[in-house]
Amino acid sequence: MTYQRNQHDVAIANVSRRNLLKGVAGTAAFVLAAQLPAIRPAMAYATGAASMPHGVVTNPHVFVAIAQDGTVTIVAHRAEMGNGAARTSLPMIVADELDADWKRVRVVQSPGDEETYGNQDTDGSRSVRHFIQPMRQVGAGARKMLEIAAAKKWGVDPKDVVARFHEVVHTASGRKLGYGELAEAAAALPAPALDTLALKKPADFRYMGKGDVTIVDLFDITTGKATYGQDVKLPGMLFAVIARSPVVEGKVASFDATATMKVPGVVKIVKIDGTPAPAAFAPLAGVAVIAKNTWAAIKGRDALKITWDDGPNANFDSVAYKAHLEEAVRKPGKLERNEGDAEAALKSAAKVVTAEYYSPHLAHATMEPPSATARMTDGKWEIWTSVQSPGGARDDIAKRLGVDPKSVTLHNELLGGGFGRKSKWDFAIEAVLLSKAMDGAPVKVVWTREDDIRHDFYHTVTAERLEAGIDKDNKVVAWRHRSAAPSFMSNFKPDPKFPGEIELGMGFVDTPFNVPNIRLESGEAQSHVRVGWFRSVNNVAHAWAIQSFVAEVAHALGRDPKDMLLELIGPPRVVSAAEKATTSWWDYGEPHDVYPIDTGRLRKVAELVAEKAGWGRQLPKGHGLGIAAHRSFVTYVATVVEVAVDDKGNIKVPRVDTAIDCGFFVNQERIRSQIEGAAVMGLALAKYGEITLKNGRVQQSNFNDFQVVRHDEAPLVTNTHIVENGIEVPSSGVGEPGMPPFAPALCNAIFAATGKRIRRLPIGDQLA
Amino acid sequence: MVSVRVNGQARSFDGDTSMPLLWYLRDELGLTGTKFGCGVALCGACTVHVDGEAVRACSIAMSDVADKSVVTIEGLDPKGEHPVQMAWRNVSVPQCGYCQAGQIMQAAALLAKTPAPTDQQIDDAMLGNICRCGCYQRIHVAVRNASKGA
Repeated sequence: MTYQRNQHDVAIANVSRRNLLKGVAGTAAFVLAAQLPAIRPAMAYATGAASMPHGVVTNPHVFVAIAQDGTVTIVAHRAEMGNGAARTSLPMIVADELDADWKRVRVVQSPGDEETYGNQDTDGSRSVRHFIQPMRQVGAGARKMLEIAAAKKWGVDPKDVVARFHEVVHTASGRKLGYGELAEAAAALPAPALDTLALKKPADFRYMGKGDVTIVDLFDITTGKATYGQDVKLPGMLFAVIARSPVVEGKVASFDATATMKVPGVVKIVKIDGTPAPAAFAPLAGVAVIAKNTWAAIKGRDALKITWDDGPNANFDSVAYKAHLEEAVRKPGKLERNEGDAEAALKSAAKVVTAEYYSPHLAHATMEPPSATARMTDGKWEIWTSVQSPGGARDDIAKRLGVDPKSVTLHNELLGGGFGRKSKWDFAIEAVLLSKAMDGAPVKVVWTREDDIRHDFYHTVTAERLEAGIDKDNKVVAWRHRSAAPSFMSNFKPDPKFPGEIELGMGFVDTPFNVPNIRLESGEAQSHVRVGWFRSVNNVAHAWAIQSFVAEVAHALGRDPKDMLLELIGPPRVVSAAEKATTSWWDYGEPHDVYPIDTGRLRKVAELVAEKAGWGRQLPKGHGLGIAAHRSFVTYVATVVEVAVDDKGNIKVPRVDTAIDCGFFVNQERIRSQIEGAAVMGLALAKYGEITLKNGRVQQSNFNDFQVVRHDEAPLVTNTHIVENGIEVPSSGVGEPGMPPFAPALCNAIFAATGKRIRRLPIGDQLA
Repeated sequence: MVSVRVNGQARSFDGDTSMPLLWYLRDELGLTGTKFGCGVALCGACTVHVDGEAVRACSIAMSDVADKSVVTIEGLDPKGEHPVQMAWRNVSVPQCGYCQAGQIMQAAALLAKTPAPTDQQIDDAMLGNICRCGCYQRIHVAVRNASKGA
């Protein structure tokens, strides 16, 4: 058997920066001056960054340091969880505008501190979207400071000098000074005013959009030197595992730790009180075992005898809840968007197509289970962990401790996967509570895989019902969609039982279809677990249902699914949900005029992927093609999946094609990796992903019963087709939007191959 | 008392011999390149070599590595230039990177025994190593590129 796994067989030149940097530990002359006030910049276009906590910072003194040997140190202030945006793409943007030699750039991770660095909440595929402009200004500002320093030194007009690839050149005389030689003088200058900066012309970009910059941690990752939250080691550190309430809102009624205290290495038992709902990211109630090593803590926990008071969710059963959600979408719900008169149009339709879809709770299952280490020395707290929002976590922890945030330092390590799980810092709070119980001694909290699967903030469960009214000319004239899913807002306020505007904005009220009568409703859904957000969030369920239903309508009308999809998307136009949504229309926090819903761009990715995938091509027996297109996180993505289903119902994915339009892109290499990964994660949730609960308890525990896709199941070929855009097209995001189209494209391909329609995820043994 | 060689160095351990090798490496020796992923040999993140065989460090007790030679990612090659590591970098395999040490150790063990594996042999050898980011396609290409059959 021979096949090509993907298009990366061609070796990419290895940039071995690390060797060049060996021995460079010299004090940076261009010192980080964190006390300077944040500068609010004038941007070429507005983004939602301005409304994020602490917005953006564009001061070069905060982000750039240059050593006398010319080494440029760039601060990465957001969390790196594998998409490469935080530690590679953003620093690369700075380096490009600075016209630095990337081989002489070193990246350092900032602590959690939004006042200094700007917003650090690494979520929502926002890093490049919100920071491409500020990071360009940081780089251009630093470049200008080097030019001014050189002009002063030479006694010439700054207009006559130019920074070029790690040197400043006096154009008339050809004199040159390296960045390192100018660093000290440049560092003494104030940050230039933003309106005096000259940003590079796109033709002069060295790295942005140019292709294949490998991630800065590549060498360390492949040699085991990269450090994640689980890997933190401090002198005298103790290790803790916690037995947490198996039911959300449960409490410890009583416990007996006699046997635990006999386990060699066990040091202390600490009871943790729960917090009544809404508990935000407060730890669950439990009993912690603190020991001299992780193994002793695990053995000690096994020996605990705990009686739980299960509380109000004691009888929660996900099978019964599924029926409850399905009931909710079979009757009128809360109106979320209304256009025309869908009820009347459905009544008078020549034909009505109806389908219901169900997708379950999911666990994030990051490869690195959550972990955090905390200690307190002389009243100063330090935390080492891996969280997506280091600044938010630090401030929350300070508030809980009742101390000034400045006395709390949160060191953010690499994240061994995030996917939204590590947006919630409950484990960091646990570490602080346990260190406090040990008088500030360093304590590392280790979550085992079982802890991770059983105590997650789960991707929400969703029931959907779609109805399409078809007129006598086979046109879709009515579209009624009801969706019911418990809301993650239940973490933050008394359970609203209906989705909030963020959840509604993710592939529901923003439905872009060209149908005259549209009615969208939410069904009531109470939350009984900790609902969180998982990569792509509600888009996963919405896109799966809507894009599956498009293919169902096509089938009912005897149409080609791709043609049906394009007809529903309609002609190129801007769709505004603003006047049609009954609640405010949230569009990923972005201004509607900068990031409109542009059906022309959605059409384009659908047409592009169909062409590249050879839509309609001859396939072997048992194979099928499926297509889906979805805009999420203000990025347009369309996917064609080729599936092969054997006579036992086993699925293989010989090929995936995905087209993506994410505006101006910075690093194609990481876009491809995100798209390849989204296909694997999308396949995992479609095939296997399901968290079930009985008596309030999660029934899965590890990778045996919460299965994910393994090596031999991965798509054999993943082709990524990236739409080229100029710098004037606002950058959007890439981490999440690759996910939503995958599952519906797969299910549509399965239908094409077998005639079997999947309306309940996971697929499991439904094809057997 | 357990005597064991770790990355060529003689070590002795006088703690609980039921402790899995994983926690000895991570908590006692500070060799954190070997990752904790599942604790029950389902994910492969903790893969090391014991006398040249790929083994899940979470599921082998210290008593079972007595007088054996353990190699971790830190000891695979003094310069980090094992052909598998080079191949990994050449195709930019990692995303978050957490599982990659285990993947590399698994691949290195495969190629030591089977220098020119077929795609099927690569699948069979690698399916015990989970990557949640979904780097499998690149892992496959990297293993093949590092092999004699590439």
